[in-house]
Amino acid sequence: MFSYLLRRLLFFVPIVAGVMLLTFALFFMVQSPKAMAHRVLGPKATPKAVELWLHNRGYDKPLLINQIPDQPWHDSLFISQMRRLATFDLGRSDVTGRPLSEVFRQGALPSLLLTVPAFLAGLAMSVGLALYLVFIRNAAADLFASLLCVALMSVPVMVYVIFGQYLVAQVFNYFPAFGFQLNGWSTAKFLFLPIALMIVSGLGADVRLFRALFLEELGQDYIRTARAKGVSSAVVLLRHVLKNGLINLITLVVASLPFLIMGSLLLENFFGIPGLGNVLFTAIQMPDFAVVQASVFLGSLLYLGGLLLTDLCYAWADPRIRLH
Amino acid sequence: MLSVRSLSIDFGSGPARVQAVKDISFSIAPGETLALVGESGSGKSVTGLALTRLLQEPPAVYSGGEILFEGRNVLKMSPAELRRLRGGKIAYVFQEPSTSLNPVFTVRSQIAEALSLHRPEVSDIDAEVARCLDLVGIVDPSKRMHDYPHQLSGGMQQRVMIAMALACHPQLLVADEPTTALDVTVQAQILDQMRLIKQQIKMAMLLITHNFGIIGGIADRVAVMFRGAIVEHGSTAEVLHNPQHPYTKALIGCIPQLGQRRRRLTTIDYSTLG
Amino acid sequence: MTTLPQDWFIKIDALRSAVSDWLTRSFLPIWLPNLAVLLGTLLLALLVWQGNRSERWATAWRRLRGDRLGQAAAVVASLFLVVGSLETVVFPTETGSRTLLQMLLSGIPQEKGYAAPMATHALSVSDPKPLFTRHILGTDALGRDTLVQTLRATRSALWIGGLTSLVYIPLGVLLGILAAYYRGWVDDLVQYLYSTIAAVPEILMLVAILMVLGKGLGTMSIALGITGWVGMARLIRGETLRQMERPYVAAAKAMGQSHWKILTRHLLPNVMHLIVIKFVLGFSGLVLAEAVLSYLGVGAPVGTPSWGTIIDASRSELSREPVVWWNLAAASFALFLLVLSLNILGDALRRAFDPKSNT
Repeated sequence: MFSYLLRRLLFFVPIVAGVMLLTFALFFMVQSPKAMAHRVLGPKATPKAVELWLHNRGYDKPLLINQIPDQPWHDSLFISQMRRLATFDLGRSDVTGRPLSEVFRQGALPSLLLTVPAFLAGLAMSVGLALYLVFIRNAAADLFASLLCVALMSVPVMVYVIFGQYLVAQVFNYFPAFGFQLNGWSTAKFLFLPIALMIVSGLGADVRLFRALFLEELGQDYIRTARAKGVSSAVVLLRHVLKNGLINLITLVVASLPFLIMGSLLLENFFGIPGLGNVLFTAIQMPDFAVVQASVFLGSLLYLGGLLLTDLCYAWADPRIRLH
Repeated sequence: MLSVRSLSIDFGSGPARVQAVKDISFSIAPGETLALVGESGSGKSVTGLALTRLLQEPPAVYSGGEILFEGRNVLKMSPAELRRLRGGKIAYVFQEPSTSLNPVFTVRSQIAEALSLHRPEVSDIDAEVARCLDLVGIVDPSKRMHDYPHQLSGGMQQRVMIAMALACHPQLLVADEPTTALDVTVQAQILDQMRLIKQQIKMAMLLITHNFGIIGGIADRVAVMFRGAIVEHGSTAEVLHNPQHPYTKALIGCIPQLGQRRRRLTTIDYSTLG
Repeated sequence: MTTLPQDWFIKIDALRSAVSDWLTRSFLPIWLPNLAVLLGTLLLALLVWQGNRSERWATAWRRLRGDRLGQAAAVVASLFLVVGSLETVVFPTETGSRTLLQMLLSGIPQEKGYAAPMATHALSVSDPKPLFTRHILGTDALGRDTLVQTLRATRSALWIGGLTSLVYIPLGVLLGILAAYYRGWVDDLVQYLYSTIAAVPEILMLVAILMVLGKGLGTMSIALGITGWVGMARLIRGETLRQMERPYVAAAKAMGQSHWKILTRHLLPNVMHLIVIKFVLGFSGLVLAEAVLSYLGVGAPVGTPSWGTIIDASRSELSREPVVWWNLAAASFALFLLVLSLNILGDALRRAFDPKSNT
């Protein structure tokens, strides 16, 4: 177990290094820091303003190796950036100058309030619906449901949001269409609609996937054994199919758990929820390169964390798997 | 006890409909063993599953005949009655033990599930599970029952399958190719074990196999299936020594005999069988 | 230690702006789109012709002909393809170049502002002027016919789908098949490359690349291609590894066939159907991605009609009085219809190629 963890972490090191190199190349080599400054300050910015902007953010250092006499060779943009990220120092916003660790910490809670309930409720609903579809075994209902799933998958998120917002908030006026207040239980009324929309937008793909998963389990030999023992169809489904299906489901679902903290780019922007998705959206509009770069770095760490978590959950749930 | 009368089973519908079992009849008396022999695709496994309506409907359609168990027609039973029949009165052992046991439950919980369905009066489940495992020759059953199927060898897994089938004292055991997936030495052990159990408890058996070589000494009577129909039916000794139907003759001819010098294995020439 | 020369940035900036100018230009050289349409048509014809020669493809083709739903989806997707091609073929005229679709629909006049579907008067409370003609789906803020704009936006979706496929399919197939065939360090390298790309959440990667490269259909295709090849490479690597265990590969090797021949004559044809299925399903994902990215403001440039930008613009239209809903509805429905038909077609192809299905 310990050696497994160690090997896994060692495997992550080159990947994180690769991601860091990639982002550095993308942000500082494909475009020059000067071009970046012009994109932020506008094309008509004076050379002086550009220089000041670059200097304040440390972007005026030599790119890879410092060859200026009397300066240490490692005082370059690349090395200082890597050292900073290696210590999990995310830096400061290009636009506001606020430390990004603070920005991200503040955004995490609203994001989690949106994504965790949506994830849990969505998972329960799609597993339930998929099981029900497998249970009824009705050709017509099956065809209708799979068409409906494909249809649900084919609608882009923003269309769901626009229609949902318009119908629920403006026509029926049940919930606020916009805004967010972190204030005990009353926060829920701001979150209800975005959570519902997040569930609906993911439902089609999930139900389809889980249905296929459960159908595959249902064709296995041990299901025949269970039926030959006299187990009722409902128990076959809820005990034998579900447990095996859920183990396969782990590979698909657990990896996405860490990303719940990143929130939802579109939904948070639409509803004015000050989460991490909104932070990123604003950064795209600004543009704030430091925020996007830090998000990429953080996102890759979360992805690798998800891989690890998947392995651990798999080993815990499936008696056939041992980590070593 | 069990009597199948002109049973026919179709698969599919419309122009794609095929008849898998054609108008077959046989019966099994209490304590008797009938071997149902035929090559793959001859409809013998379908017949075995049909005895408790285990075939998936659709595509399967019971198009004619009846299956009488203790005088009652299985094809007309309610789902609840069928569930009492399955495992309780008629139990199954399947071909592939490695996939027929649920990989995520322990041996104990899989046997206990059968016990809870058909023998709810059993209070000490652990003792009963251990007794069943002991019956099929598993050493140290109180320890082994906490294993998962993947921790056991193929032969052990099949023993567990048999133990699970016997746990609820069925009147009929349907053994569908119980030894085909196993090594030859393990095959012999499992067959010996089944023979032993047959002597200990009074239970009828339907042994479904493609292999004439294994039925001697275990089956009382033999029915030979070919293309969905029973083409020959008689006592084991009779059929083995004096086969009437050309297909039976051909099948028996295929068993390699020790000490016989033959260059080639015999094959069946289907063109002569019609 | 050497470092980059001083004029690195000057050179790279010049190169970058030249490339991104070329990529983001809304009007490519006049012959290029025409050529693309021609080549695309030829490619499709080649695929269908080639398909009839292999038994697996012939079986799939026969099954597909029995699949009504799949056929209907294919017809709808083809209609979109035709519309997108009409909008792509460009003719030079005196007042600048115009597309074939624009010329065909030039009879529809432009109004002064919003008009509701089938209305006779402009949508203005204070000054409802009579319109030149009725518009089936109304007009947008600039008085352009909504139906025409929606049809024209098909081009962006198809270009993104097509161009990106041109980037990610060859890349993914090549790397996937090579990794599985040569194993060893080639496999390690390819796996490292795609693990690294996959380690960055896709939307972040896309946004980062597009922020740096700038808006445009070309840059969007490159960005989507960079993130998209990973899935293809994984799929092809896995399937090729499975094929490598088949005796026919060992037989070909034993007969002394060259690596190139084994790769192109034996392995590639055996994974080709997966590529086609992935292409169709991936296309629907790309169309959706185009709309989302354009909506986020990092996608289609200003002046290029795109369903994403129409949907973005229509957000504010919903809060107008009276409500302007037809632009949103038309763009959403067109987008939905194309993605739906591609998804259904992809599923139908998957069923048709599945050896387990026996109809």
